[in-house]
Amino acid sequence: MSASSIAYLDHAATSPVRPQALDALQAWLGQPRGNPSGTHHLARQARRALDDARDVLAETLGCGPGDLVFTAGGTEADNLALFGVADALAVQDGVAPVLACSAVEHHAVLDPVLRLGGTILPVDRYGRVEPGALDETLPRNTALVSVMAANNEVGTINDLAAVVAAVAARTDGRALVHTDAVAAFAWLDLRQRIAGVDLLTLSAHKFGGCQGVGLLMARPGVPLRARLLGGGQERDRRSGTQNVAGIVAMAAAAAVTVAERDATVERVGGLRDRFVDALGDRLDAVHETVSDRGLKVASNAHVCFSGVLSEELLFLLDRAGLCASAASSCASGAINVSHVLAAMGVDAEQGRGALRFTLGWTTTHEDVDRATEIVVDAVSHLRAARSGR
Amino acid sequence: MVAMSGGVDSSVAAALCGQAGHEVVGVTLKLWGGASDRGCCSVADVDDARRVADQLGIDHHVFNYSEQFDESVVAPYLRAHEAGLTPNPCIECNRAIKFDALHQRALALGFDAVATGHHARIVVRPDGTRRLRRGADSAKDQSYVLYMLGEQVLASTLFPVGDLDKSEVRRLARNFGLRTAIKPDSQDVCFIAGERSRARETFLGDRIGLRPARVVDGQGTEVGRVPAIELLTIGQRKGLGLPGGTAPRYVVDIDHRGGVVTVGGKSSLLTDTVLLENFAPASRSCRGAVLAQCSAHGEARPAVLDGMVLRWAEPTRRVAPGQSVVLYDPRAPDEVLGGAFAAAG
Repeated sequence: MSASSIAYLDHAATSPVRPQALDALQAWLGQPRGNPSGTHHLARQARRALDDARDVLAETLGCGPGDLVFTAGGTEADNLALFGVADALAVQDGVAPVLACSAVEHHAVLDPVLRLGGTILPVDRYGRVEPGALDETLPRNTALVSVMAANNEVGTINDLAAVVAAVAARTDGRALVHTDAVAAFAWLDLRQRIAGVDLLTLSAHKFGGCQGVGLLMARPGVPLRARLLGGGQERDRRSGTQNVAGIVAMAAAAAVTVAERDATVERVGGLRDRFVDALGDRLDAVHETVSDRGLKVASNAHVCFSGVLSEELLFLLDRAGLCASAASSCASGAINVSHVLAAMGVDAEQGRGALRFTLGWTTTHEDVDRATEIVVDAVSHLRAARSGR
Repeated sequence: MVAMSGGVDSSVAAALCGQAGHEVVGVTLKLWGGASDRGCCSVADVDDARRVADQLGIDHHVFNYSEQFDESVVAPYLRAHEAGLTPNPCIECNRAIKFDALHQRALALGFDAVATGHHARIVVRPDGTRRLRRGADSAKDQSYVLYMLGEQVLASTLFPVGDLDKSEVRRLARNFGLRTAIKPDSQDVCFIAGERSRARETFLGDRIGLRPARVVDGQGTEVGRVPAIELLTIGQRKGLGLPGGTAPRYVVDIDHRGGVVTVGGKSSLLTDTVLLENFAPASRSCRGAVLAQCSAHGEARPAVLDGMVLRWAEPTRRVAPGQSVVLYDPRAPDEVLGGAFAAAG
């Protein structure tokens, strides 16, 4: 299948590299390179490229450049936030700290919190942490809470300011708050929203950078013990020579994403609405998992098709040239039951036919219309095939 | 659609389907997700299947049937052991997963047929009906574990390596340059990893209660004790913890409820009849002279099927309840007529 005949509605899995990021990447890789930790002039050039990228990225988050720790992706940044803070507090206080996170977090947050014996916080039927409920669900002695800015599967946005205030009230201001903003950054201006947030995770490839590049923002004074030891890069918070090319590309992608964000949100939100509305008009028994689109990021269309299995539907969509996804995939590529839908209380039967379509900066209305035709055909085919026997 | 396990047989099956001009898609089934039991469907096997598919230039997908596998294969396996039966999970997997759930899905997705790497063949008889036939390589023949396949499923099933010896399969794999050419054959129950007997004991012990039992001789005199009656099967000789120095003794009867295992000499293991139950649908009309095979690579012996009772031409070793008895046609000894379970008592 040629690239042009593919409708790509899986931007939340990975988004195509922005031309500006590719230019930055090629420009950087195409010249003699130094190690940013070195002393000669090529090393200083590398250091400068890194510093420039750090400034750009800090600006997009409204934080200081020194608050950023570059990592090899969002998962590493999430792990650094949770284990790094937990380790630092354990060393500082002599006891293992109490952690908590929402039940719909990405596994990069959920699994570390579970390993550290933390509390899993319930969510409402839209997948949001209810700030008012934290008075009952959050242990008073919690030291670190992780609540995602927007959910990667169903797209729901959390009210971080309200969560921060409720956490502070419940823990007398002692708990730190981390947010995984991987699924949010391309779609939300985070600067105001994260005013009270202590730690934040980004992943470059979700907004047009390269895979395997990310960052952790940690405010000054937040206790953080390195997980990777070595040369002491990133102010002793993450050793290892930085991926300068990837970081330069991430900064370029972030800059264009932020510059165009308002326009992209409006355009893509319109396409998303057109797509979901068309599916609802042309097919019976189609349920939007979160039907109030005002609660979601503009890119996300999460839909449950009754009487259809997502695995079969995805297969047909793939054959017809439409890329989408179901729940999170495991290492083998098999589709697992979504912990997000389970936590939201979505009926298991309905969840079997759930599909996530995520639009992005490259999506056109031709993509959406083509996708509509493909989905309508595939769902109709499967329903007929399954009922005809 | 080719079901690719990541082994050499299904790799070659996929290659042959492609060579025959079919439009082929490879599918690997994720069946078992037990956290600590990594026997089959490991990421490494999926990797092998995917890389073979890449090499052949065909699409490859992973289907997750772990829920159905748990329901239709693992749970019945445990229940059978709990009830003192000797189950064959490969047969249940073929019945419920590969030739039912997957088969139906393939047809629903618009495929004409499902190919697997089983060593079996399909014959079309003069009246147009189809029958399962033994694989050409008698040492690798898998018709025993496929006896339940009915006419309808056979009509849309392909066994591309069924005509080949295993050595030919490996030779073809080498010729195609497939990375699975020298991969060892899979062994034992796929969802139980590790050394044979210990692993089974651990697997069952973690999931069902294992009960100790008395071992008695034909006169009812206690001759020993075993820690887990659920691990024993009719005809078993080893693992009974009996003192040596006597003629070999075999398990000839298991009173599961009473917790008593009767042992006896080889002759007391013999019987004239086997009571059958749960006939596979295709074998309902089956009666009269048959050849009956009671294990995957056992010998098929002449018998007469009279309703639910199989009468052996000559006294034959008892069949453990729960085992499948597969019936072959005496006039065409390679062809499967059907099969059923050996019933208890």
